[in-house]
Amino acid sequence: MRFIAARRWLIGFMLLLTACSATSGDSTSPSASTYIQNKGSDTIVNLALAWAEAYQTVKPEVRISVTGGGSGTGLTALISGTVDIANASRKIKAEEIQAAKANGIEPVEHVIARDAIAVIVNPENPIGELSLEQIARIYRGEVNNWSELGGEDRPIVRLSRETNSGTHVYFLEEVVRLGDKENKEIFSADTLLLPSSEGIIAEVSENPNAIGYDGLGYVTPEVKMLAVARTADQPYVLPSVESVNNGQYPISRDLYMYTQTGAPQSVLDYLAWILSPDAQQIVTDLGFVPVLNTTAGK
Amino acid sequence: METAKGERWITWIIKMSGYSSILFVSLILFFLAREGFPALGEVPLKDLFGARWYPIEGYFGIWPLIFGSVLVTVGALLIGIPFGIGTAVYLSELAPAWIKNILKPIIEILAGLPSVVLGFLGIQLAAPFFRQFLNLPTGLTAFTGAVLLGFIAIPTIVSISEDALNTVPSAYRHGALALGANHWQTIWGVTVPAARSGLLTAVMLGVGRSIGETMAVMMVTGNAPVLPSSLNALFLPARTMTATIASEMGEVATGSTHYHVLFFIGIVLFGISLAVNLTASSLALRSRKRAERLLS
Repeated sequence: MRFIAARRWLIGFMLLLTACSATSGDSTSPSASTYIQNKGSDTIVNLALAWAEAYQTVKPEVRISVTGGGSGTGLTALISGTVDIANASRKIKAEEIQAAKANGIEPVEHVIARDAIAVIVNPENPIGELSLEQIARIYRGEVNNWSELGGEDRPIVRLSRETNSGTHVYFLEEVVRLGDKENKEIFSADTLLLPSSEGIIAEVSENPNAIGYDGLGYVTPEVKMLAVARTADQPYVLPSVESVNNGQYPISRDLYMYTQTGAPQSVLDYLAWILSPDAQQIVTDLGFVPVLNTTAGK
Repeated sequence: METAKGERWITWIIKMSGYSSILFVSLILFFLAREGFPALGEVPLKDLFGARWYPIEGYFGIWPLIFGSVLVTVGALLIGIPFGIGTAVYLSELAPAWIKNILKPIIEILAGLPSVVLGFLGIQLAAPFFRQFLNLPTGLTAFTGAVLLGFIAIPTIVSISEDALNTVPSAYRHGALALGANHWQTIWGVTVPAARSGLLTAVMLGVGRSIGETMAVMMVTGNAPVLPSSLNALFLPARTMTATIASEMGEVATGSTHYHVLFFIGIVLFGISLAVNLTASSLALRSRKRAERLLS
């Protein structure tokens, strides 16, 4: 619910920005302001809006328009040269790079944040680690008692975000279907679909039968995070900013912005600012994982 | 002359505001039909009334949602009817005037309590309590929703039942007492049966109030679209039609199949409410006719 509220608020803010730019357009000379077109992934749209909003205080002369539509939409727009920055929650595909090159555009990749999903249980639950396969079997409804996983004799209560949440879709693809595109498995019908992150945290912190998942940034100390292994013979890793950044935690992905070579200075400045501590704090605030500047000093 | 003109204006304005509700209802109906009926063409009937609701993968079975709504509403009535009618009987037949003067405003406050507040109490208090007390896997069940809905429906049931009981002519009560019936026999043997149609109307309006309630239900029923297999389903999570519309409408692409199916669910809900209201008003009408017959 925090997520949706934030989005509504930001869309409201975007309208306000538009209104402001419309009214102030007469007083300031139009040449003084630079426009950056930013489009793509719906997962990133809140973050991109928050950045665009915060950037107004850093460089008021730069106007950034942010739209969603999906990663593919953003990359297509970049290929056809209609946007400056494309947001994508996946890596650009080889055929998209080819199409861009055919258009005389060389895409440049920037990792701007990471998205990690923590799997959580009640602190009373003795289970501390599960493999992706085990989590998938729980959510498909194939495992229904904690004792089957070496825990107490308790029924498993599966909690999920509503189907309209990007986190739900990501969890479906990467965990329930284990990243297999051909796999058409879906959540077990008795999975509880809760309308908010808070609802999941509240139920997990109160109910020892429950298992849930949530963006790493939303997890509170009242619940226990599980260490997750890609397969049973690999190490079990707890989610943290470090384990997400070094790629050890399996349920995480990089979030990208794509530009083209020879992008205007204003776009480069904006991307440099996005990796600054101030901008990465916004990443944390919105429940994503900040990019640790491993190439500091560059 | 001036006054007559002014009065004509005022009459016209009042008349228009009266007719406006007809206009609004027909506009809503038109809009619902326009947005909802395309679903019938896009989803085969067999799938639309299928057993699985998972719209992002094209499963549009609305049976679990209809059953969820019915289950929660029936549960709410099982709680709301005894409490509601009991309270009404107490208020109308037994309570001394000073208790009545305290109780009635409190019940009105209960009626005005926002359902989101009840939902919050449900998540924080009722759900954990029911999980431990009834030893359930989770407290987020149809039963928890039914209890909250019962509380939401009670004020409606109380106020209409009390009106119905008050309209029973006092000659009935006096007659019963004169024949030697005691106070309880008078209430259960004469007064309540005489007000039966009014009480049924109260129950029907309570049904209407419960089946349309959204927020509290969405917060505490767990929203799992399970098709109930036994009576035990009352103590398992359920997903209602209202909660589905409320949680999914915000993010759905306008004009998509999912969007049309959500409106179709709206039509089903509208149909159910309409049926409930028609039943309620036909019962009220019948009671009046019988009262007239008795008096003649």
